[in-house]
Amino acid sequence: MTTIAVSTTINGDDVEYLCHADESLLDVLRNRLGLMGSKEGCGTGDCGACSTMLDGRIVCSCLVLGAEAEGREIETIEGMAHGHDLHPLQTKFLEHAALQCGICTPGFLMAAKALLDVNPDPTEEEIRFWLAGNLCRCTGYDKIVRAVQDAAAEMRGDAA
Amino acid sequence: MSFDASYNEKELNAVGTRPVRPDGVDKVTGRARYGADYNMPGQLVARVLRSPHAHARILRIDTSQAEALKGVKAVVTAADLPDLTDGDASLFAILDNCMARTKALYDGHAVAAVAAIDVHVARKALKLIEVDYEVLPHVVDVDLAMAPDAPVLDETIITKGVTPAPDAPSNVFAHSEFGHGDVAAGFAKADEIVERTFKTEQTHQGYIEPHACVASCNSDGSAEMWVCTQGPFVYRQVCADLLGLEVSKLKVTSSEIGGGFGGKTHVWAEPVALALSRKAGRPVKLVMSRNEVFRASGPTSATSIDVKIGATKDGTITAAEATLRYTSGPYPDTWAETGAMTAFACYDLENVKTVGIEVLVNRPKVAAYRAPSAPMAAFAVESAIDSLAHKIGIDAVDFRIKNAAREGTRSSYGPVYGPIGIGPTLEAAKAHAHMSAPLGKNQGRGMACGFWFNFGGQTCTDLNISADGTVTLSVGTVDVGGSRASLSMIAAEELGIAYEDVKAGVADTASLGYNDMTDGSRGTFSSSMATISAARNAIAVMKQRAALMWDIPVEDIEWKDGQAHAVGASHDNLAPLSVKDIAAKAGNTGGPIAGHSELVADGAGVSFGTHICDVEVDPETGATRVIRYTVIQDAGKAVHPAYVEGQYQGGAAQGIGWALNEEYIYGEDGRLQNAGFLDYRIPVCSDLPMIDTQILEIPNPNHPYGVRGVGETSIVPPLAAVANAVSDAVGVRMTHVPISPPRILAALKAQR
Repeated sequence: MTTIAVSTTINGDDVEYLCHADESLLDVLRNRLGLMGSKEGCGTGDCGACSTMLDGRIVCSCLVLGAEAEGREIETIEGMAHGHDLHPLQTKFLEHAALQCGICTPGFLMAAKALLDVNPDPTEEEIRFWLAGNLCRCTGYDKIVRAVQDAAAEMRGDAA
Repeated sequence: MSFDASYNEKELNAVGTRPVRPDGVDKVTGRARYGADYNMPGQLVARVLRSPHAHARILRIDTSQAEALKGVKAVVTAADLPDLTDGDASLFAILDNCMARTKALYDGHAVAAVAAIDVHVARKALKLIEVDYEVLPHVVDVDLAMAPDAPVLDETIITKGVTPAPDAPSNVFAHSEFGHGDVAAGFAKADEIVERTFKTEQTHQGYIEPHACVASCNSDGSAEMWVCTQGPFVYRQVCADLLGLEVSKLKVTSSEIGGGFGGKTHVWAEPVALALSRKAGRPVKLVMSRNEVFRASGPTSATSIDVKIGATKDGTITAAEATLRYTSGPYPDTWAETGAMTAFACYDLENVKTVGIEVLVNRPKVAAYRAPSAPMAAFAVESAIDSLAHKIGIDAVDFRIKNAAREGTRSSYGPVYGPIGIGPTLEAAKAHAHMSAPLGKNQGRGMACGFWFNFGGQTCTDLNISADGTVTLSVGTVDVGGSRASLSMIAAEELGIAYEDVKAGVADTASLGYNDMTDGSRGTFSSSMATISAARNAIAVMKQRAALMWDIPVEDIEWKDGQAHAVGASHDNLAPLSVKDIAAKAGNTGGPIAGHSELVADGAGVSFGTHICDVEVDPETGATRVIRYTVIQDAGKAVHPAYVEGQYQGGAAQGIGWALNEEYIYGEDGRLQNAGFLDYRIPVCSDLPMIDTQILEIPNPNHPYGVRGVGETSIVPPLAAVANAVSDAVGVRMTHVPISPPRILAALKAQR
């Protein structure tokens, strides 16, 4: 099978790769670029474990073709922290014990960041519906929602 | 060294706090490596061919075209996994489930597998494998499978536990019976009796990470496997047995695990990956798709349960009886027996009898799912208890309190209880603000109790003290929900050092002795016992080293607050030696300092919980929303309360999904129709409210800190708690979970 040459931007860096026409962006990230922080829970866009930012919009990278990334901007979980400085969402997920097994965590963090980018002061209901595309089987979501609320408050500069 | 595990009340410093877990940063930055996140040089990609039929004889498999395809390095069928099980029926069932031998027994049963240079070639190769099937009649329903005209899955099965033994084969593998007293006499004394039949549908554990492994067999007979599992030592043993490998030559490393809930205590495709690697002479990576996970791994039993309970007008239960029919998939197992043991475990009963019936069906081989078998039994019993309370006209909580088991009660399954938490959780529920909060239109409230045994088992840990005085703790129980944090806390507590100075990790099978798997809520319970024992052994070594450093008798040294103290008037001028002080001199006082422990963690304390649930039911659509939920459970001692709460909340959410949505749906053809997360709908964030928790601590007398297992009990009450709430809201007793909108609408229609 012939491959397609793709030039794109991932976490701010220029990246070039070859991929097959039927290869998902998730497979490219994981298998060709070694960015294995994005997880495959279903491969059908139902679980959100592969949530990735594409031109500022949250997508399931298992439903995007690798070839579609040409000329676009991708952000993955690997780009969320700056060096050793964790994003407030990452810190709050740790403080609130908002993860157990952690397989869904990268997807939740990406989705939650996308929410706070557009809505810095979401209600509990807004958080719950925004995150409804990300499945977690361990936590019952309680501590995830609280971590997002707390991170949002900190990012707004509200007194704790 | 001898180890006294009995409970000893004392002030705890590290235990009971909420530090960040040691594996946390890796998990929020995407660095944690799960089953599919590992690769080996020269690795091939595996794909499995699965039966499209629910029940079919395999007449012929022709793999020649697949083998001839360029890029295919190995094709395996059952012929490549010869039967080495030597009459061990349960091991044979595992083997046959990994790769069908003479018959495909369910939709999704593996029949062949390929290893190829990439996924494209592997997929193409699967299409080139020819399988001739003789399709046979199938049965998937538990009650239909017991009917006299049901197709029989296994002609060799004659029901066990029945006298006289039946003279013909059937799908009923075994009967088991528990109880004491005389139920007939008990029912004769009852003023009111409730007798009903309940059904529960089959659910999947629903872990977000599909099964994944990388297997590598070498030419020298050694092998390695990287795999997501709840038990690397158990996987090693089973895989070695099935493939004829020497156990110590197979090294199994457990990856980070993306959820298991019991589903990763059983091997699935791992022996197949090893067989492919052995045949190809190269490492093989095998990752299941979500469709395969649903069709060919997991699930829990589907059940049909008759319950009869009688009580006097003053609310005393006089007799209780249940017959529990559980599917086990296409192989014999003992899931109904476990259900029969747990059914009435919450109550102090004079006359009780339960019968478990194991039923074979053309569905995937049943796997453990969090307190396996208990939620279905609790659904039936706690629904009947609720009905009986209404019938007598007594408050449902008071009725349970009056009949609750207590210390000294002979349980329905045999043992006499020590100190237990069922009474206290019920009293806490009665006093909880949730119980008296007002309800609105179309809303209802229910509550229910649950029980789980908890396991102990074989455990060992290594605790090594580094030259700088920090500590590495190697444990053999896979961390499924924060146990590296809780075990680091335990080590810090026992040694008297800071939590940050301990780093716990999960060892591979070549680095530590055998450990049973993380099941039965045993991870923190059993490994903490071994950790305490190992720490005490390390302290004994450090006291000897301090004695050498001071040149005084070891009897004059006391360990307190993480330091060696010289006691006695003659040693007054000796400043205490810390772990760091002693570790720094280890090279001159006898070498590395370590504490080891190998033990069988006996005395896992049984666990009880009580849940309260409010729902709102839309009478037009039958849709139900859980609007408030409270979990009250005895933890014995909550080592890391945030992760204990997490276990309570997670189990409750899984139980709510089971109660309202989740079920395997089979077509007339016996094929699974909803093998994906879109159609098998687990609860999402917008489906649930916050889940309130209340941790009770009734110390387990058999653990130094009083710890009990906490992981599983939380999934036991929700089916009944939700069902009782819905029944309260709509005024009709719901007897079939999941209580999906069509079932609610049908119940409402029947009532009109």
